[in-house]
Amino acid sequence: MNEGSFPILTALIATPLAGAVLVMLANARRPEIAKLVGLLTSVATAALSVWLLASFESGAESYQFVSKHPWIEQWGISWHLGVDGISLFLVVLTAVLFPLSLLGADPHHGHKQYLVWMLILEAGVMGSFLSLDLFVFFLFFEVVLVPMYFLIGGWGYEDRVHAALKFFLYTAGGSAFMFVGIIATVYLARDSVGEITFDLVRLSEDADFATSTGRWLFFAFAVAFAVKVPIFPLHTWLPDAHTQAPTAGSVVLAGVMLKLGTYGLLRFGLGLFPEAAYWARPLLLTLGVVGIIYGAMVATMQKDLKRLVAYSSIAHLGFIILGTFAFTSQSMSGSVLQMINHGVSTGALFLLVGWIYERRKTRLIAELRGIQQVAPIFAAGFMVVMLSSIGVPGLNGFVGEYLVLIGSFLTARWWTVVAAAGVILAAVYLLWAYQRVFHGEPDDANRTFKELTLREGMVLLPFIGLIVFCGVYPKPMLDRIEPSIAELIEHVEENTDFVSPEPARAGIDE
Amino acid sequence: MIAQPVSTFTGPEIDWYALSPLLVLVAAAVALLVAGALTPPWPKGGYAIVTVGAATASAVLAIIQWQNISDDGPSTLVAGAVSFDLSAMFFTITICVAVALVALLTDDFLRRQALDGPEFYALYLVAAAGGIVMASANDLIVLFLGVETLSLALYVLAAADRRRSKSQESGLKYFVLGSFSSAFLLYGIALVYGATGSTNITRVVVYLQESVPLERFDALLLTGVALMMVGLAFKIAAAPFHVWTPDVYEGAPSPVSAFMASAGKVAAFGALVRVLIVALPFYREDWQPVVWVLALVSLVVGSVLAVVQTNVKRLLAYSSINHVGFVLVGIESAAHRAGAVDSGPGVPSVGVYLLAYTVMVIGSFGVVAIASRSGDDATSLDSFRGFATRRPVLAVAFTVFLLAQAGVPFTSGFIAKFGVVQAAVEERSYAIALIAMLTSVVAAFLYLRIIVTMWMSEPDDASVELAGAGTSNSWTGTLSIGLAAGFTVAVGIVPGWLLDAADDLTQFAR
Repeated sequence: MNEGSFPILTALIATPLAGAVLVMLANARRPEIAKLVGLLTSVATAALSVWLLASFESGAESYQFVSKHPWIEQWGISWHLGVDGISLFLVVLTAVLFPLSLLGADPHHGHKQYLVWMLILEAGVMGSFLSLDLFVFFLFFEVVLVPMYFLIGGWGYEDRVHAALKFFLYTAGGSAFMFVGIIATVYLARDSVGEITFDLVRLSEDADFATSTGRWLFFAFAVAFAVKVPIFPLHTWLPDAHTQAPTAGSVVLAGVMLKLGTYGLLRFGLGLFPEAAYWARPLLLTLGVVGIIYGAMVATMQKDLKRLVAYSSIAHLGFIILGTFAFTSQSMSGSVLQMINHGVSTGALFLLVGWIYERRKTRLIAELRGIQQVAPIFAAGFMVVMLSSIGVPGLNGFVGEYLVLIGSFLTARWWTVVAAAGVILAAVYLLWAYQRVFHGEPDDANRTFKELTLREGMVLLPFIGLIVFCGVYPKPMLDRIEPSIAELIEHVEENTDFVSPEPARAGIDE
Repeated sequence: MIAQPVSTFTGPEIDWYALSPLLVLVAAAVALLVAGALTPPWPKGGYAIVTVGAATASAVLAIIQWQNISDDGPSTLVAGAVSFDLSAMFFTITICVAVALVALLTDDFLRRQALDGPEFYALYLVAAAGGIVMASANDLIVLFLGVETLSLALYVLAAADRRRSKSQESGLKYFVLGSFSSAFLLYGIALVYGATGSTNITRVVVYLQESVPLERFDALLLTGVALMMVGLAFKIAAAPFHVWTPDVYEGAPSPVSAFMASAGKVAAFGALVRVLIVALPFYREDWQPVVWVLALVSLVVGSVLAVVQTNVKRLLAYSSINHVGFVLVGIESAAHRAGAVDSGPGVPSVGVYLLAYTVMVIGSFGVVAIASRSGDDATSLDSFRGFATRRPVLAVAFTVFLLAQAGVPFTSGFIAKFGVVQAAVEERSYAIALIAMLTSVVAAFLYLRIIVTMWMSEPDDASVELAGAGTSNSWTGTLSIGLAAGFTVAVGIVPGWLLDAADDLTQFAR
């Protein structure tokens, strides 16, 4: 498909990388040039992604814009990229979030290095979402750690070095399992596939593992992804990393990097080991639901606004895990949608919290009061984003959570019942936090709180636009996500005795 | 006078051309010593240029021989004493690369220390010749000669910084322990001779092939194997025979540490491959578990003990023990099919790892050598505070080397680790593969510690003082580090040619 035409997927990875090189070469004494170059390349990447979105054929099942070139032939590794309904919106989200977070958050020092790391990070995340070769995927999945480590460690807050280290060790530890898992997968599949290949498409079609082998391999992959998501109880790096990361770091971390885990589970966990994934379902469903409730309860107790948002991420990602492992068309489409929604609303929340910190130099809820009176537009913006995160109907959060819940109810009833309580808990912690920060009479320290600036407004506007659009009219997204999900479910059904329940197969847009 | 029949001694036929890589090095060493003693001090960099020229010539000759061997198949030279196969040539090239890079570093170092003279270089060349003999020996006595030639040169080199007592201490420690281990090796060789009737590897193999197991002197042979393994494990610095490494590496002049960690280990691993995989494939069930344990202990000790070090040279010494563990993982997987016609991916992965590691470690020690300025004592972790602001280019290079040692993608270190783990997984040694990857996460922590100190710590008073002291460094050191960094990245991105070359390492001369 599209063979010989413009290699848009490679360009999506190469553009930010080229930007990083250009920024590196820019004069360090004139940060504005570096900034301009960085911004322009990330905007160019976003433009490319919009073009990708526009030319993506909805309704098609398999991968599109595939580009495949042999790379390390001795090991059966090729530069194999492709995009389908599951990765499409994650790619677009990545491309859109980066310029917005570059615009919305100022690093205050070391502009040049900051931009270089951000652009390398963007290329890494893009590569992870686009690669269809296990080796290439792992390469990008690992390489992402380095810029993120430096971003947290170099531009974060007080306890940044510790947080950066914790982040690195956790994720690299998880990856160690996947590293061995990937190689084992390739070698054990050699007989059934016929040759050594790291090609995901061929492996998921032809590879045939003994039941117990498949389960071990799934476990190796799942550990790496569970750390990344993070699934309870492997989540303890996340609150630290999020709280200490610079604003843009948090936006990217929550917006797209956590999605590497959920995306990985869908694409690699389910794609390569459907039998094992089906077998591990009860465990993952339970951990997902525990994450929802636990994340929400801990978030309620937080004194630090940023930490609160971080814990809310754990709860939201629990929904995604629930939807993924409920194995119905609706729940899985909901999960994919929820990945995007969470990226948009939590990304925006982190930006807003970052702006509060810029003004008040504190993130403690107790220090903030009555901001609504001094900065009504700021408060309004915060409210829309917060409501979307709660999942109020009409905004994007609702669509995803609703689909996940009704889809999961068919196959994972009691888990869903418990998870539904998480929706209410989300309202509790977010509304309560909003109340404490924005309502009431401002004291002296808060009376001078600056209103939303034009630039901040311009950054926030696209977020709110997306929040409302996806909430009101999610059909174009679902049209593109659905076929790929249907194919994935078929793949699971072929390999297990699982039968997706009828009502769920009927489609969503009736 | 009693008349005796005249016995004429006929020496073996010698193929001088095939031995040329070795002869060039020896000739250059002799020439350097003689000419250096008879002439006034040579102009800037003169000795180093001759050394680099000799090493390059030797490497080029080895590449030419590589072509011949590929065409005609492996054979032995000098009446079966030296093997003439691709493995020997690969190790020759690796050692020559080490000599060239280290010579460039040494030039810079010696002039700063006001020690310039031909002795260092002549000793490097002699040591390299000894190392090549070790790696291409087809006779255990020849192997021992190689070990001694290499070691004696290294003892002197370690103590060569005449004015520093630490260097003297390092040389003495290395000498005492090294001679002790040589004794083990020699005793082991004697016992193997006693059991098999020959020291020639070809004849040992033939004897073991043809003799009836019950008639063999197994106790003698196994004791011999054990003693030889002790001797060689000392030379490669595998835990628990590693205790000398940190002290010696710390005390020796930094370029010499680089040489010991690279060429010294490459040669010793070459010898280990000869002894275990070529000579004793029939006893692999006996020595394989020993290698497994050595690998495990080296991996764990190297990574865990490195964490508590505060001196960069000691830190690199412990990390080198971790790397030894990785190479042993490769040897362990090669053991599964030792002696078979298709001996699997083990030996090639060892070769690739050693070449990649040689370049990385020389680069790392090279940066330390330049950073520690005159005196060679400022190697504590604290003296690297704020290094990135003082010497940004060097800091970038050091970061590349450290990331490569940590096995981050797009560096040669990743390819090397991938190859070794892949070999282990292919032979179903999952446990050791997983342990290796997990220890590499711990090791990543220590590399990050150095990186963090360079990039994220504010310089303190002591390191500011250091910054003022003589910043001059010549082009030779920079060239060496630049070449090493370029190679590290290039192999990470385009590894195909190296893997292709290493694939043929399995054909041993017998």
